[in-house]
Amino acid sequence: MSATAPAAGPAAASRFEPRIVAFVCNWCTYAGADLTGTSRIRYQPNVRVIRLPCTGRIDFMLVMTALANGADGVIVSGCHPNDCHYTSGNFHARRRWMVFRDLLDFAGVDVRRVVFSWVSAAEGAKWAELVDKVTDEVRALGPYREIHDLSGTGVG
Amino acid sequence: MIIGERYQLAPKTLEAIFAALARDGVRVLAPRRVDQHVALLPVKSLAEVALDAVQASGSAKAAVFPPVEQLLSFTGSGQDLRLQDPEPTAPPTVVFGIRPCEARAFKSLQLVFDWDSPDTLFDAHLAMTTVVSLGCTQADEACFCTSVGGGPRDTQGSDLLLQPLQGGGFAADVLTAKGQALLGLAGELLPLGPEGMLEPAPEVEPAFDAARLPEALEAAFDSPVWGEESLRCLGCGTCAFVCPTCSCFDIQDEKRDGGGRRLRCWDSCGLHQFTLHASGHNPRETQGQRWRQRVSHKFLYFPERFSAAACVGCGKCARACPADMSLKEFLRALTRGR
Amino acid sequence: MSVRESDLRATAARLLETGSVAVVIGYGAGTLGRRRPVFVRAPAQAGELVFDDECHQNLATYLLKPEIRRLGRPAVVAIPSVLRSLVQLATERQLKDGDVLALVVGDDGVRELADLAAVRQHLAGLPGSLHPAAKTEIARLSAMTAAERRAFWSDELSRCIKCYACRAACPMCYCERCTTECNRPQWIPVASHGLGTLEYHLMRAMHLAGRCVECATCSRACPAGIPVHLLAVFAEESVRRQFGAEAGAAGPAYALSSFRPEDQEGFIR
Repeated sequence: MSATAPAAGPAAASRFEPRIVAFVCNWCTYAGADLTGTSRIRYQPNVRVIRLPCTGRIDFMLVMTALANGADGVIVSGCHPNDCHYTSGNFHARRRWMVFRDLLDFAGVDVRRVVFSWVSAAEGAKWAELVDKVTDEVRALGPYREIHDLSGTGVG
Repeated sequence: MIIGERYQLAPKTLEAIFAALARDGVRVLAPRRVDQHVALLPVKSLAEVALDAVQASGSAKAAVFPPVEQLLSFTGSGQDLRLQDPEPTAPPTVVFGIRPCEARAFKSLQLVFDWDSPDTLFDAHLAMTTVVSLGCTQADEACFCTSVGGGPRDTQGSDLLLQPLQGGGFAADVLTAKGQALLGLAGELLPLGPEGMLEPAPEVEPAFDAARLPEALEAAFDSPVWGEESLRCLGCGTCAFVCPTCSCFDIQDEKRDGGGRRLRCWDSCGLHQFTLHASGHNPRETQGQRWRQRVSHKFLYFPERFSAAACVGCGKCARACPADMSLKEFLRALTRGR
Repeated sequence: MSVRESDLRATAARLLETGSVAVVIGYGAGTLGRRRPVFVRAPAQAGELVFDDECHQNLATYLLKPEIRRLGRPAVVAIPSVLRSLVQLATERQLKDGDVLALVVGDDGVRELADLAAVRQHLAGLPGSLHPAAKTEIARLSAMTAAERRAFWSDELSRCIKCYACRAACPMCYCERCTTECNRPQWIPVASHGLGTLEYHLMRAMHLAGRCVECATCSRACPAGIPVHLLAVFAEESVRRQFGAEAGAAGPAYALSSFRPEDQEGFIR
């Protein structure tokens, strides 16, 4: 799976294009991303969106699996606090991320590449801004092979 | 160097051999200290080797039967699937400073891996591995090599046996062509005459008569002793994983980069899910049944099939066990008719 | 035999004689100068019990094993980590109040704690941290860069062989169907390569966050000498710092299945 480079020219063709996986909730961020499209707002194509019913369903193992499978960055996004379609799913998610992000950092994983956000169904512009910003940040950080390559170490 | 001869090996000469091995890119595994712990790890010089430790916690079987080994890889999908066997080659390896008890285990492993058809990966590893064992000058409570036909200066399974000399240095017994080649890296060495005084070997009192075990185990099959003894067993995989003769493995398929691979991973009969069926039934549901299996495999079933024991009396299992289970203690009690 | 030991043995014998417990779970003499768990069921066996500074293993792990439950009502020699575990296990509905008799062995004799209220009260009088050394090490690691920490854990976990001794020894790892064994999907690679080890330890630390009693029995159990307890203790510190909750404390709900709308963080965009 390769991403297309936005500009023409030999320098652009060899430039690293990050692969970003986004785990988003169906009711807010996914709908918001849909609004981005219907509003014809353009943003960088590096993100692969995975739709889940609610951020409360997002297991921290999903983030690890994305990194292990070669994602250079991960976005996790859902409804703002108090707006969760299932009332409290995002509150549980927030707590989980507060601990998991700390733990990832303690284990030496680059947490600059794992971004959490609240994007509502009305925030089409915010989604585009978020994806563009994260894509630029991860592009600057470079490819993230460290977690993926761990499955090669210790294999006799 | 002549096979069957004993030579004098000064520490400086041994260091030169290490240097030659490092230069040639040979992997050397030896007992090395990490904090409070002694593990079998890669070393580059003699100074890194924990010569004074009774044993490393893990065993040298990792050199020939790694904890994770790739059996094949595949790319593509559907009709367009391409399988690839690994190259049956292995990096040249010297296992240095393991004890004579452990060296005996390679034979046991070979009986399993080459049983009905040769395991090409195992054979490649074994062919490229030279075993330099270090004779013991001390034994601890966990040792029971003499109960299973071994001893602190046993030669079986070693290519070179080093025995510490009084006043420093080692006596080096060349046992095989591999040992000959390794010692040859030192250049000319003086043969050691009968006046070369070895540091004495420790007394290791046999704890039980292994010949009596098969009968005792058959008789004890339905005994409550298994459940009793294993009350404290936590059901982890430590004993099987540190054991030099244990060879059970699990096969795992993993996807990776648009393809994947098949891996062979260490497994342990002590784990609850070792015999767990997909239906949910488990023929070894209790820890007592699993303990009985472990002991009976080593001292009854394996000897029946191969006329050899699947235990070398190294005691690594007891030293590593978080709940202090002890094969030696248990078998001593069993053969005393308790 | 110390005074503490003779008191303990006398207590155990009496409890078994009167039938108020069916088994006394304690420590006995082990090999190589260590202590091992013993399960005393007859008054005459009480002499097997020892109690000294070598008694470290968290015996609470045995309380939920089916083979031990079948023995009948237990008393357990309760060092502080065991007491904390009793409270946490009761909070998680794995033990009912009064199921277990806790025996606290001190220089002033053996105190019998028959219910959770008594255990909590006793715990309140003990120093808060079971492992000052863990806190120091965590602070040392936290002061490093992420890359330095990656190198540290990479080195330590390279010796992990996935024996699961850490999980088996932990009183809070009592799930009969552990995430590790789930193979649809296989969340955690079984293999002990760098990914299979890192993901296993991270998962275990996350599943312990807010529940870990910080006894470090996991690290003592590790045959490769890896300080695995640091991950769970770190997660525990993170929970405490951010939510004010604590395992083995009086009653707050499990931090990761509860929430406050006012939870504060500074990283969600």
